[in-house]
Amino acid sequence: MASIDTALVSIGALNELASQDTHIHRLDPRAKLITTVLFIVTVVSFDKYAVSALLPLVLYPVVLTALGDIPTGAIIRKVLIVSPFAVLIGIFNPFFDREVLMHIGGVPVTGGVISFASILLRFFLTVGVALLLIAVTGFEAVCQALERLKVPRAFVVQLLFLYRYLFVLLEEGLRIRRAYALRAGDTRGVAMRHYGSLSGQLLLRTLDRAQRIHQAMLCRGFDGRIRVARSLRAGPADVLFVLFWCLFFFLARRYNLPLLLGAFMEGIV
Amino acid sequence: MSHHIVEVKDLVYAYPDTTPALNGISFRITHGESVGIVGANGAGKSTLLMHLTGCLFPRSGSVQIGDHALTRHNLKQARARIGMIFQDPDDQLFMPTVYDDVAFGPLNQGVPAEEIETTVERALETVGALHLKTRPPYKLSGGEKRRVAIAAVLAMAPDILILDEPSSGLDPRSRRQLIELLKTFEHTKIIATHDLDLVLDLCERTIILHQGTLAADGKTEEIFADERLLLDNNLEKPLRMQGVQDDAKASGSRLS
Repeated sequence: MASIDTALVSIGALNELASQDTHIHRLDPRAKLITTVLFIVTVVSFDKYAVSALLPLVLYPVVLTALGDIPTGAIIRKVLIVSPFAVLIGIFNPFFDREVLMHIGGVPVTGGVISFASILLRFFLTVGVALLLIAVTGFEAVCQALERLKVPRAFVVQLLFLYRYLFVLLEEGLRIRRAYALRAGDTRGVAMRHYGSLSGQLLLRTLDRAQRIHQAMLCRGFDGRIRVARSLRAGPADVLFVLFWCLFFFLARRYNLPLLLGAFMEGIV
Repeated sequence: MSHHIVEVKDLVYAYPDTTPALNGISFRITHGESVGIVGANGAGKSTLLMHLTGCLFPRSGSVQIGDHALTRHNLKQARARIGMIFQDPDDQLFMPTVYDDVAFGPLNQGVPAEEIETTVERALETVGALHLKTRPPYKLSGGEKRRVAIAAVLAMAPDILILDEPSSGLDPRSRRQLIELLKTFEHTKIIATHDLDLVLDLCERTIILHQGTLAADGKTEEIFADERLLLDNNLEKPLRMQGVQDDAKASGSRLS
């Protein structure tokens, strides 16, 4: 598990990948956002025992990674960091659902094992694609796309500020923690009885900073609306991108492509 | 031009917990002046700056920017004339990229979209930070952040620049570059700081605040030469002036 310090660096690193210039990066952020949301909805909508039917959908993240020139290891590592949550959700399925649904090489496979595998696969697909979206688009551009797609402005501004001040807040927290650790003797972590005052301290500092930021915004004419200079322009390539993947997601959802492929191959043989 | 004037009359302010912060301050700063505001910690420097930017309003007395007293109604116009550079650039650079941040003010002022790019680039060029355009602010060094913060304010074409501790957190070279940069500006400048050497370099006039009152207002050299006055206000002679004196003493002792 990564420590806070390195996590800090890795969030920034992901966003930095977004400054590359590939075909995928040049697409309109709205196109990538819509496609990614559709992808996630498609993945989630499958039946709980779906495993093989999900496999064709791997194509989307693979294409993004390959054409977007994204280092696979970086994405996989980040997905693994959060994977314990998914594992916890599905870990008990094999114990509760013991009905044998199929045999692989003579070994009986229960419904629980299949649904567990399905949860893990979905988790990897959805979280991986969300991270990829940031890596090929950039957080700010995603926010801009959200705004242009009529997501309430307050929500978008919140997201932007969250991202901008995440680093400042984490650093503030780190400084408090270090100052604590230096005088706390050899205790590891933070003693329970000190948590309250440490987090209270962080909250107060945050409130102070929020007030200063607000004043800085007012001094520069802020009137409740954040205006961004860049404009978005969608071209035929963007429309094509969305349409192609929509069609693909639809086919993958409607038909079990691996089974069809298998039947087709058998037919040939 | 009268709209570059900053005039404070009998300014009184107390914080809600009734600690008196400013107690009857008056001064007038005219076009093109560069004024240092110095004083001990808690003397009321920050509170004064907050009044000049309309972040706080006086209990009694008035703040006049240009031809009109600053009120809640003309706040927008007054703020367009004033460029406030905050002590912590992280408070000021709140947009995701340097470009967006510098564009924030002009966009709010209604500068048309097609002129934004020139406005932003000109401001960044003035402070020598054009190459940082696409970078996110949290990745910049302290000196770079300060430059960008100044560019963000310059882009709004203010008449009056107000700087809160501009040299804090800067390494000596960045500090020197900042001083040289500020020297090139023709704006009216109001600089609140503990860095008396910086005041000596930039400001012909100095105001000393002491527990919410005006302790002195006059020519910088005269004020800094008055050791008694400085000591009473928790200040010391700027290092450069100390050096001159010590050298004189040293050469004097050698002579005797």
